[in-house]
Amino acid sequence: MAFNGHQFDDDILDEDGTPSKQLRPDKEMPESAASAGRASSPRRTSNSMSRLRKDSMKKTRPPFPWFGMDIGGTLVKLVYFEPKDITAEEEQEEVDNLKSIRRYLTSNIAYGKTGHRDVHLELQDLTLCGRTGNLHFIRFPTQDLPAFLQMARNKHFSSLHTTLCATGGGAYKFESDFRTMADLQLHKLDELDCLIRGVLYIDSVMSRGLSECYYFENPTDPDHCIQKPYTLENPYPLLLVNIGSGVSILAVYSENNYKRVTGTSLGGGTFLGLCCLLTGCSTFEEALKMASDGESTRVDKLVRDIYGGDYERFGLPGWAVASSFGNMMSKEKRESVSKEDLARATLVTITNNIGSITRMCALNENIERVVFVGNFLRVNTLSMKLLAYAMDYWSKGQLKALFLQHEVQHLSEATPTSMLERAPSPLNAFLCLCVHPGLLWCSRSPAGASPSILTSSKDALLNLLHTPLAL
Amino acid sequence: MAECVGVDSNTSGHSMDKSITLPPDEIFRNLENAKRFAIDIGGSLTKLAYYSTVQHKVAKVRSFDTTAKLYEISVQEEVTARLHFIKFENAYIETCLDFIKDHLVNTETKVIKATGGGAHKFKELIEKKLGLNVDKEDEMTCLIKGCNFVLKNIPHEAFVYARHADSEFRFQTANPDIFPYLLVNIGSGVSIVKVESEDQFERIGGSSIGGGTFWGLGALLTKTKRFDELLQLASKGQHTNVDMLVKDIYGGSYGCLGLTGDLIASSFGKSATADKEFSKEDMAKSLLHMISNDIGQLACLYAKLHNLSRVYFGGFFIRGHPVTMHTITYSINFFTKGEVQALFLRHEGYLGAIGAFLKGAEEDNPNQYSWGENYAGSSGLMSVSPDMNPMQRARSGTFDMLEMDRLERQLVNLPLLQDPSSYIPDTVDLTEDALARDYWLYCFEDALDGVVKRAVASQPDIPEAVVRAEKFRQKYRHKLLTLRHQPFAYGSLTVRSLLDTREHCLNEFNFPDPYSKIKQRENDMALKHYQRTVESLDALSWEDRQFALVSGVLAGNVFDWGAKAVSDIFFLNLGVDIILGVMPFVRELLSRGTEVVLASNSGPALNDVTNGELQILTERIAAMDPVAGLQEDRLTLVQSGSSSPCLDLSRLDKVLAMVVRERQTDLVIIEGMGRAIHTNYYATLSCESLKMAVIKNSWLADRLGGKLFSVVFKYEVPLGKVHHNGATLMLS
Repeated sequence: MAFNGHQFDDDILDEDGTPSKQLRPDKEMPESAASAGRASSPRRTSNSMSRLRKDSMKKTRPPFPWFGMDIGGTLVKLVYFEPKDITAEEEQEEVDNLKSIRRYLTSNIAYGKTGHRDVHLELQDLTLCGRTGNLHFIRFPTQDLPAFLQMARNKHFSSLHTTLCATGGGAYKFESDFRTMADLQLHKLDELDCLIRGVLYIDSVMSRGLSECYYFENPTDPDHCIQKPYTLENPYPLLLVNIGSGVSILAVYSENNYKRVTGTSLGGGTFLGLCCLLTGCSTFEEALKMASDGESTRVDKLVRDIYGGDYERFGLPGWAVASSFGNMMSKEKRESVSKEDLARATLVTITNNIGSITRMCALNENIERVVFVGNFLRVNTLSMKLLAYAMDYWSKGQLKALFLQHEVQHLSEATPTSMLERAPSPLNAFLCLCVHPGLLWCSRSPAGASPSILTSSKDALLNLLHTPLAL
Repeated sequence: MAECVGVDSNTSGHSMDKSITLPPDEIFRNLENAKRFAIDIGGSLTKLAYYSTVQHKVAKVRSFDTTAKLYEISVQEEVTARLHFIKFENAYIETCLDFIKDHLVNTETKVIKATGGGAHKFKELIEKKLGLNVDKEDEMTCLIKGCNFVLKNIPHEAFVYARHADSEFRFQTANPDIFPYLLVNIGSGVSIVKVESEDQFERIGGSSIGGGTFWGLGALLTKTKRFDELLQLASKGQHTNVDMLVKDIYGGSYGCLGLTGDLIASSFGKSATADKEFSKEDMAKSLLHMISNDIGQLACLYAKLHNLSRVYFGGFFIRGHPVTMHTITYSINFFTKGEVQALFLRHEGYLGAIGAFLKGAEEDNPNQYSWGENYAGSSGLMSVSPDMNPMQRARSGTFDMLEMDRLERQLVNLPLLQDPSSYIPDTVDLTEDALARDYWLYCFEDALDGVVKRAVASQPDIPEAVVRAEKFRQKYRHKLLTLRHQPFAYGSLTVRSLLDTREHCLNEFNFPDPYSKIKQRENDMALKHYQRTVESLDALSWEDRQFALVSGVLAGNVFDWGAKAVSDIFFLNLGVDIILGVMPFVRELLSRGTEVVLASNSGPALNDVTNGELQILTERIAAMDPVAGLQEDRLTLVQSGSSSPCLDLSRLDKVLAMVVRERQTDLVIIEGMGRAIHTNYYATLSCESLKMAVIKNSWLADRLGGKLFSVVFKYEVPLGKVHHNGATLMLS
């Protein structure tokens, strides 16, 4: 299990050392400043405005640690912001507990048996809430969540007065576990809101340097298929396909206007689940490795297996899969295939199907750009190329499959951009901090309202986000 | 990404009980005159089609100038065309080919049309055994042709499946306009075809996740080889043990998206996280859901993109399997929120064979005729639900037959139907009304002895009539038994279909018109009273006369098959119906200057007058009745196209429809219990209509809250339409 954190064992919590001291909302923030900031294009913010915002942020900044969590069906994705601009004064003020968390997370890449930090994804020198630091991406299996909670309890996370920002189904399912086991309050945020904000944010952050978005040029020609950067400058409308355990397909018309078109239960979980049953493997990486060594055409029945070549009457090429796992109807063929072949066929089947449904949604919604994200695509170039190929071939070049450089891996699903802290204000208000491309918006929820109400309606949330904080 | 064909024959699952041997002589009927063979060989089943002619006896009436007898009845031999479709397991193919070769008399046949995935495998065998050239036809083209044919010619072809409903099968009313529609054929892969007209169709998409995926992946996961066994496993499994549901992730529902907790978030998602054994049943169920949902979703996306609301499902994955029909239906309902219904076809398995046959019979142009399902010669839809009727299942798996008669007349809608697409001829659907079903099945069984007796009596000079009548009894009793277990076998079960089935069975054993003699006698007698009746009517005041005329029509039809409470005395009153009831009524209309179109049955049915008889009767009446009009053009006698005591207004003689249009008919009178109560009681017409009948059945009277012999006199006027100068159509 992740986070068995021996380093923490000797740490003793200072009950009074709440980091909330950092937040001193004793002065009214100039409303005009925030409004102006909101109105201008987030990516081209003038210096003066940045400064204004910085000033205001200082006062409304939530205390550290800054976490965002996405608890999916299979994986928990954790985002941690590590401040790098800590002053000596702050260093001194920082409670030991907080310090040790920071050290533990940033000095390790593996936590327990199943927790991983994806170092290659780390975003450095990021400015968030007026603070500069690095964004870390950590993941562990959802089934190990109880162990994580046990650790949080042992480490007295709750003493940091932290309210964790969380999204994904697990934010709902495990909310009471967080409370009872670790005395942690979850601030639940809608999964799809977070997803879209995450995608837009990471694109904006990355576009300063490397282009985050890319596509495959010549997807139908394996020898010349190369990755090319794509500027997502004018992204709308776009179809966002999030492939986690299952698949959600969203049509995004603007940052705040999107709908879930459909979804399918044939997703990453199906790939891994079937691979586990068919090959006896136990991890995604293992399944993927097998798939890369296998040959799906031994498992699938192709058009040419039936027609000897192309089915010209209907313009079906001979190499197209006529029946996934179709050859497995025959006993002899079942006995002649390898585990690798089966893993490959499973991958191809699931990927093609997602491509097929996506293409139909794109046609129905009249959208030509598709961004594929989600954990299924993590280290899964095979599927990405297959999706690029399928989109291009079956749409006769009409549809473009886009991917994110980081594969937004966890980020896409996670809520790196939304964090919530409980403000020690007399009003006992909640602060909802949401990172917006290049901007941090602080908003205050109505007194007494629970965070879940805040996010239960997207509109309500957005409304709050656009209201400058006034304490 | 998909295909339409069946699976390799070497993978076929012969799951049926082979101890039941195939009786070739019972199933390959009328081979002597057979021609135009076509064969569709799938993964496990072979479907054979051929055209044949059937000789059977018909009762013809002939007028004589002698005054002694009204008319002469002669039984003549008539040749009609019939299509035979037979389905049997591939295992029997050699036996069947041998049998056909031995019994094939017609030597003109040189070619056999072939389609289906197995066609190439058996090509040599067929050519060797039958000495015919195998001519291969494109599978999808055959499928579509066959589909169009059954949709056009079989009124209750399409149905909606509802597993937990009172009747699992809800048949759709036949929309005269069958195009456009979407056909989703789930073979080893899936093909999605948009059909726009008889010859215009396009494969707009497909999927590789189909029946082959269920079978192949299922075999790998459960080590179960046969398709049927996999379905059996699936029907016993719990998918929630294997699938990750929304509630497994959220703890409950995902409210703001309207995703309920029970929704599958990730198929097989639990087998990725939990390190444990999963039962075969659970995995098979999960797989079935995964595939059905996926196909349903794609079908909906295509239907939406092409703006189609009629989606038919077929292919071996569906083929009458309640489990797959249920999961596909569920999926379609979920993805379209009920906007699109999943439709299945009663003769889905025959489509390829029918299409191949039609391809081969193009020079006969079968599509210019109307065809009708022969209930006597067709097996009907079998429920394959194993616990329902194990005997039937084993048998249906062994062989199955469909026979279609070429109808003498081309049948069309009555042009005066308000909305042909929503018209339902039958008043009570016995498939959905268990109480009524029990009663009527009992009623028909109870009346069987009488029918057999009358059949024998109608052919007094033919000694072997007794044997034939006994065969008829067995056949019809078996049909009734089948219908008791499977009321949906021939579409919606109705009083009409029970009557039609009986007529078909009587014809099968050469009892074309058991009532001909009785009718002749009665007509003769009634005619003698005609003059006096008319005279006494004429003597009445206008108002009294109208009342007497209506009473006459109603009194006439107090004889019925189900009229158990009616004593024998009414059997003597047959001729009263038409001669002393309908004719005076018609005469009154004519004398007022109204044109009348009098429609009667084309063929015999019980004691109903046939068009042939009516022609003679009218001539006779005209000869003795000076009332203007009877001789003139103002009375037109037409055939209804029907041979039933009931009437389907969506299948009437084309000539009748033409006359109705020409004469600008604006009043329709429907008379008799069969036509106005059992059928058409709720029919809405675009002009004035009058439905009149006497409830002659105490059970029905009770049910309708009335007394025996209550009168139904239903006059309806569509808003703003009162009849003026047009003709009156009398359906008698």
